[in-house]
Amino acid sequence: MSSVTVRRRTPGSYAVLVSLIVLAVVMLLPFVIIALNAIKSPAEYSSHGPLSMPKGLYLQGLKDFWQRVDFGGKLFNSLLISGSVAVLAVILSVLNAYALGIGRIRGRVSIMVVFLLANTMPQEVLVYPLYFFSKKAGLYDTRLSVIIVFTAIQSAFGTYLLSSVLSAFPREILEAARMDGASRLRILWRIVVPISRPTLGVLFVFFFIWTWNEFFLPLIFLISNENQTVPVALGVLQGQKMMDATMTSASALLGIIPAIVFFLIFQRTLTRGITVGSVK
Amino acid sequence: MTQTLSAPPTTAARKPVVRRRGGGISYAVYLVPSGVLFVAIIVVPFLMNIGMSLTRWDGIGRPQWIGLGNYTRLLSDGDFWAAFEHNIALVIAMAIIPAAIGLVLAAALFDVIGKRFGPRTASILRACVYLPQALPFAVAGIVWAWILAPENGALNETLKKVGLGSLREDWLGDPKLALYTVMGVMVWVQIGFPLIVFMAGLQRVDPSLYEAAEIDGASWWRRFWYITIPQIRPELYVVLLICTVAALKSFDKVYILTNGGPGGATKVPAFYSWQNFFEKTQVGYGAAIATVLTLIIVALTAVFLRLQNRGEEAGS
Repeated sequence: MSSVTVRRRTPGSYAVLVSLIVLAVVMLLPFVIIALNAIKSPAEYSSHGPLSMPKGLYLQGLKDFWQRVDFGGKLFNSLLISGSVAVLAVILSVLNAYALGIGRIRGRVSIMVVFLLANTMPQEVLVYPLYFFSKKAGLYDTRLSVIIVFTAIQSAFGTYLLSSVLSAFPREILEAARMDGASRLRILWRIVVPISRPTLGVLFVFFFIWTWNEFFLPLIFLISNENQTVPVALGVLQGQKMMDATMTSASALLGIIPAIVFFLIFQRTLTRGITVGSVK
Repeated sequence: MTQTLSAPPTTAARKPVVRRRGGGISYAVYLVPSGVLFVAIIVVPFLMNIGMSLTRWDGIGRPQWIGLGNYTRLLSDGDFWAAFEHNIALVIAMAIIPAAIGLVLAAALFDVIGKRFGPRTASILRACVYLPQALPFAVAGIVWAWILAPENGALNETLKKVGLGSLREDWLGDPKLALYTVMGVMVWVQIGFPLIVFMAGLQRVDPSLYEAAEIDGASWWRRFWYITIPQIRPELYVVLLICTVAALKSFDKVYILTNGGPGGATKVPAFYSWQNFFEKTQVGYGAAIATVLTLIIVALTAVFLRLQNRGEEAGS
């Protein structure tokens, strides 16, 4: 080993380590407190407060909350909406980026600027006309309406990102396929898609998580209980102030768990993906 | 589509001409599905929103044309300007403070922890700081509203336990404090994002730069200031832009933590336009607020992108 790679651990570096560990604990503390209180009984909470360690594992609060809001149904809605949006938006992004990045059709720069603008727009500027039209079309308060709207919004970002990625696609490969007589559709499906699979995976993860976390449009479009997503159901309950302290922490814990599951599953892709996104 | 299947061209000179002519039409076909959706979901509603902003409309009857009436009203609406000021506070809490903290953290994790305690330690610490970013804000908001509750909230209970009971406050319910509390929560939510982008950026910095500086006896702080920051300037621009735009779009934060209150102390334009659309049924006015917000965001994006280009030119 060269002398450069072996670093001495000076007292200063230990001080940095300790302060970063303290920071990490502070960041995680809210999660810990929520988890501790979600497994306390209301009686235990009211006699010992939020800071005591739970005396046992009391799961009734979680069960009650799950049944009261039909949490399984909310999870299903969120999965259905986020999964559909992620798949559809990746497909549309690929089609657009194929035309813009590889086809280099005329006016592609202005088209990309329009997609970028659409992505920076606040949803407030679209919400009322969408609300109005969806009522006219009979799509108001359906999961389908939310899927359609977010497919359009997410694929705007996907098109922008993927077009610049595909414009750097190795030309020789495309040329060779063309020589072999492959059609455009075949080149897209057999060559471009398989080669750019890592980027498509990153886009899928982004679209899934972003749609999962969306609040504003689903809040407006999904008013009936059986159509609501997890964040909307939790946010609405929070607004009504109908839950006691242990039930609130149970609801928060149930909201945190899927997010942490996705975080662990997707962490590698995500870290890589944010790097991709930052090289705009 | 048939063009690509034509016989392999015999001369290199003729080939590009043929391909370009047919290609323009053929490739555009791939834009059609998305184009239709895009026009229906984004372009038409956007234009209609601008049209609505020029009317007085309750959402049910006939809209009444009032020209720029909503916009002149906006200029003299104290609530709107207050909302705008609150939004600047959120930009500070969601873009500027997290970017500054993120820079220091990224440098410390990369330069000190990663090199002296191993990359695994660094990535575990990074994951802890990033975790709040993975949550839907609705959930993070519930967590914090619960911790900050005036009665029996974990923060006030902790203060009481450690003998600082006099510092207990109604964190989200006191008009003087609520905005600062929301800012604090947003810093907690947000710092993971700049951290992760900056650490990724540092990966591509040439290590010999640091080694040379270290041999020359440059302090950690000087290396941070003269190497780290200039090297990851592109990431810094991207982070500031993305976080500022996100802050200007804040609706869920306010809706869940304070519902705009107490007494409008945390109201932001996105929330104010929603109120006008759906609570006050002043649809035209809500549309005007949304349009102004969009203009601000687009203008800011344009300025950022220009600065970024200039920065890149200066750097190269």
